[in-house]
Amino acid sequence: MSLQVISIILGSLTIASALMVILSKHPVRSVIYLVVTFFFITSMYIMMNAQFLAIVNMIVYAGAIMVLFLFVLMLLNLNKEVEPVTNRGAQISALIAGGSLFLVLISALKETLILGQNYRTQDSSIGLVKELGNLLFSKYIVAFEITSILFIAAMVGAILLAKREKQIIE
Amino acid sequence: MDTALLIEKSILVVLLFLVSLGAAAYMTYFERKLAAWIQDRVGPDRAGPFGILQPIADGVKMFLKEDFIPSKADKWLFIIGPGLAMFTALITSAVIPWGPKLHLFGRDITLQVADINIGILYVFGVISIGVYGIMIGGWASNNKYSLYGAIRASSQMISYELAMGVSAITIVLLSGSLSLNDIVNGQKDVWNIFYQPLAFLIFFICALAELNRAPFDLPECESELVGGYHTEYSSMKLGLYLFSEYTSMFVSSAIMSILFFGGYNFPGMSHFSGNTLAILGILAFAVKIFIFIFVIMWIRWTIPRFRFDQLMHLGWKTLLPLSLINLLITGIVIAYQNGWF
Repeated sequence: MSLQVISIILGSLTIASALMVILSKHPVRSVIYLVVTFFFITSMYIMMNAQFLAIVNMIVYAGAIMVLFLFVLMLLNLNKEVEPVTNRGAQISALIAGGSLFLVLISALKETLILGQNYRTQDSSIGLVKELGNLLFSKYIVAFEITSILFIAAMVGAILLAKREKQIIE
Repeated sequence: MDTALLIEKSILVVLLFLVSLGAAAYMTYFERKLAAWIQDRVGPDRAGPFGILQPIADGVKMFLKEDFIPSKADKWLFIIGPGLAMFTALITSAVIPWGPKLHLFGRDITLQVADINIGILYVFGVISIGVYGIMIGGWASNNKYSLYGAIRASSQMISYELAMGVSAITIVLLSGSLSLNDIVNGQKDVWNIFYQPLAFLIFFICALAELNRAPFDLPECESELVGGYHTEYSSMKLGLYLFSEYTSMFVSSAIMSILFFGGYNFPGMSHFSGNTLAILGILAFAVKIFIFIFVIMWIRWTIPRFRFDQLMHLGWKTLLPLSLINLLITGIVIAYQNGWF
């Protein structure tokens, strides 16, 4: 019972901070609200006893990606005058695109709601790093290795792009 | 959860909080005395015998100064910045095992607030969000020197986190666990430093950079940036920034002694047991932390500051490849010992 109360509180806080990301006028504040949202998501993972996933979410999203976001935003000259003006057409198309994604997500999540009940009855060590490692290196080994190759390709591509740009400047 | 455990953990949390703050306060005194000794001066000697009350006088002074917020600053973020810096400096101590089990009032008391099985990842998670305090504070000040300090701090911390993480992974490979408790218990006979001297060296250099300590104190480099990210800060907000640096110094010394110097293990500990062992273990741990703090301060007053491009070269072109090679060799040796070849 109390777990449910906690998860409802956490869920509403997550949604509130996620809403603040798009409602706040200032880009830097938006990023900070996004960091807060990631923290709430981390706490959700902890509630499901997925400790490894929780901490990786914190390191990768809150710790690395958002720092880069903040870094870029700080270097931009953010004044009211230079704020990009979006026209009505772009707003409407964004609304339609976002709304359809939302609908798809809802229909997908409806299925998982029933599946989601299972983790409580399962072994509590399921989210721990040992279980995860065993699964990744046995059942999902092909997918895991392909993902790592994709990551390496992306890294090499990023380095190449950065290098070429530098040569042009020089 | 039973009430006794709750009380026990609450006492431990409050104790840790007080100890970290007290240690940070007296580290400022120790640093000034040490600097004076290295530079052949006397150092603080007015407040109390040998100037022992100097940190208290400094604290009172910090609180009584005018708390000033620049008119063009982002007010809320300006206030949140130092708080965040202090928060991230303090919460790491939750996963540190401070000593062997203590036996009091008929209960076994673990001297660790939370023995989570991803302890070391938690530490890295906190380190990776530690940069926000400086970044937010520096940006919110609306001052170019502060902004430069914040940018330097964040790029420096992101760069050095990588080599630090990779050298910590070698320790995880050795002990086969992410829990700090298991890592300490795995070093009962031989400390990790004897297996991984290179990893320790890399980790130590990266820790200095993460702490923004000399020779990597570019974010607050006085000769270029006035005061760096805390140029606009005054009163206890400045105090929190300075304090958080010392608190994280204390905590990272503890982490380094856990990962490489056996934490609370000491030679000849098999001759003791029970509470004697626990107290001796805590003392051994404290001595190790003290030695680390001394070395960090010694480095500050000995080695001049790096230039920023040198700092980036050292991080990306020297430390990261070295730590990756070290990780590869460690992995191969462990695989060989397990009979893979």
